Amino acid sequence: MKNYLAILSREWKSYFSSPIAYVVMGLFLLISGVFYYLLVTNFVQMCMQADMQARYYQMAVPKLNVNMMAIRPLLHNMSLFALFFLPLITMRLFSDEKKSGTIELLLTSPVTNTQSILGKFSAAAGLYLLMLLLTGLYMAVLFFLGKPEIGQILTGYLGLFLLGLCYIAFGLFFSTLTDNQIIAAVSTVAFILIFWAIGWISGMASPAVGKILGNFSLIEHFDDFAKGVLDTRHIVFYISFTVMGLFLSFVSIESAKWRGR
Amino acid sequence: MIEVKQVTRYFGRVMAVDHVSFQVEKGEILGFLGPNAAGKTTTMRILTTYLPATSGTASVAGFDVHQDSMQVRKRIGYLPENPPLYTEMRVADYLEFVARIKGVDPRTRKHAIAETMDKTGISSVSRRVIKQLSKGFKQRVGLAQALVHNPDVLILDEPTVGLDPKQIIEVRELIRSLAGDHTIILSTHILPEVSMTCERVVIIDQGRVVAEDTPDNLTRKLAGSQRFTLIAGGPAGGILELLGKVEGVRQVKLLESGAPAQTHQFHIEGDAEGSINPAIARAIVEKGWDLFELRPEGLSLEDVFLRVTTREEEGGGQ
Repeated sequence: MKNYLAILSREWKSYFSSPIAYVVMGLFLLISGVFYYLLVTNFVQMCMQADMQARYYQMAVPKLNVNMMAIRPLLHNMSLFALFFLPLITMRLFSDEKKSGTIELLLTSPVTNTQSILGKFSAAAGLYLLMLLLTGLYMAVLFFLGKPEIGQILTGYLGLFLLGLCYIAFGLFFSTLTDNQIIAAVSTVAFILIFWAIGWISGMASPAVGKILGNFSLIEHFDDFAKGVLDTRHIVFYISFTVMGLFLSFVSIESAKWRGR
Repeated sequence: MIEVKQVTRYFGRVMAVDHVSFQVEKGEILGFLGPNAAGKTTTMRILTTYLPATSGTASVAGFDVHQDSMQVRKRIGYLPENPPLYTEMRVADYLEFVARIKGVDPRTRKHAIAETMDKTGISSVSRRVIKQLSKGFKQRVGLAQALVHNPDVLILDEPTVGLDPKQIIEVRELIRSLAGDHTIILSTHILPEVSMTCERVVIIDQGRVVAEDTPDNLTRKLAGSQRFTLIAGGPAGGILELLGKVEGVRQVKLLESGAPAQTHQFHIEGDAEGSINPAIARAIVEKGWDLFELRPEGLSLEDVFLRVTTREEEGGGQ
């Protein structure tokens, strides 16, 4: 536990002692903010249009749902931004240690591989959580302007967080494979995109195969969260996916010493 | 303290370490000498649990490096060839982190760090970011990293590489001062370093131990003859003839004839047993010639090294 905390706090500090954390967080907030602005103004326009039409035809004003029309698409967009931003905070976790030789310190200290993997994973997950919490400010603004439903926002964020853990776990895995950060990041994005696109392919495959493939799709599982549905199937899937990534990282580090690192 | 038995390591089909065995007693400084790519680093990495051996066993302080690797790790300080520094950290923060993962008691941690920085002479840069330090300071921070938990065993892979002569002397002195409390293995391909700091030398070449002894014994054993440089005044031919007759002298060579007062420089090789220099001096003085200098030439460790490693190459054959 002590070692885990030592690794975690070192990683956390190193994010903030370099510009990485600020740049990644800032740009994530900026892009999410832009889409937030577009979706919300679009929603407001639609509301006004509906209001005018209703008056013109002397009908009751229809109630438009901000959760479904603005928040849900925004959550979907953010799940995509996370795909491109999270590999940037995971790519250095092990690659950098390999390149600078600090891995020799780590692997000759009385720290188990599990402790260092979990420490690094938690630091990246913490940074991601901070990013998400900051975008929570956008959601808070909506409560001043209208009456969004809090439940769907919370499940949506839970979904985003769990999905992000999958990205981080595999980002960590790819960074154990190479001492080159770019390669680590690119392979992570490519790998995740495959598990993303499986959802689209499943539409083309035969119904039986399509259903199986669809279950492997990262984004398919996300839609329920974005709709406000909390289903343990999806939670279990994301957690298993994350554990798989962490397990592969462990195997990769263990086996590297037989290959000669 | 350290026991290495028949350790072998392959990388793919390449054998990097070939049945290496040696022992290091408590408090001893062992020099690990060999040309580049001889297997020094691999052997050290096996000892520090960084790499497993393909076969053979090694133990540190009674703990097997493979079975009880966590116990071994607690007891060793390791300075790899490239000091393992998180360059974006400040020196003090870095040592704090290392102390934490090495399991230094939180109550004594501050003190341990301050003491280590003092010992390695980096107290003045404790608040600086490591990236901005000079090579010499980085190397010392690396050394501090290996020392901070006061380990029984220190394993230093080429600790003086890249330092300027003054720093090299300082680091060597530091290492020597650490012996006694710590058992030290030091690898290098710089020979004077070994003769200056180490009590015992293991010479390794192409993954095999080719010689093991004290630096003095090694030079003596491998020399097989006594060598002298003689500078004397008199007829060159006469001196040559005279010296040839002195008992124990095997070979005399005229190196150069100097202009002033007919001085000549000779190289003399004699049998290994007994001292032949008094006989040489007497012979020259009795003839009434001038004796300017008679200097014994030890076979330097460089020669030993070259002999041992080249002999190995010839023997190994392709």
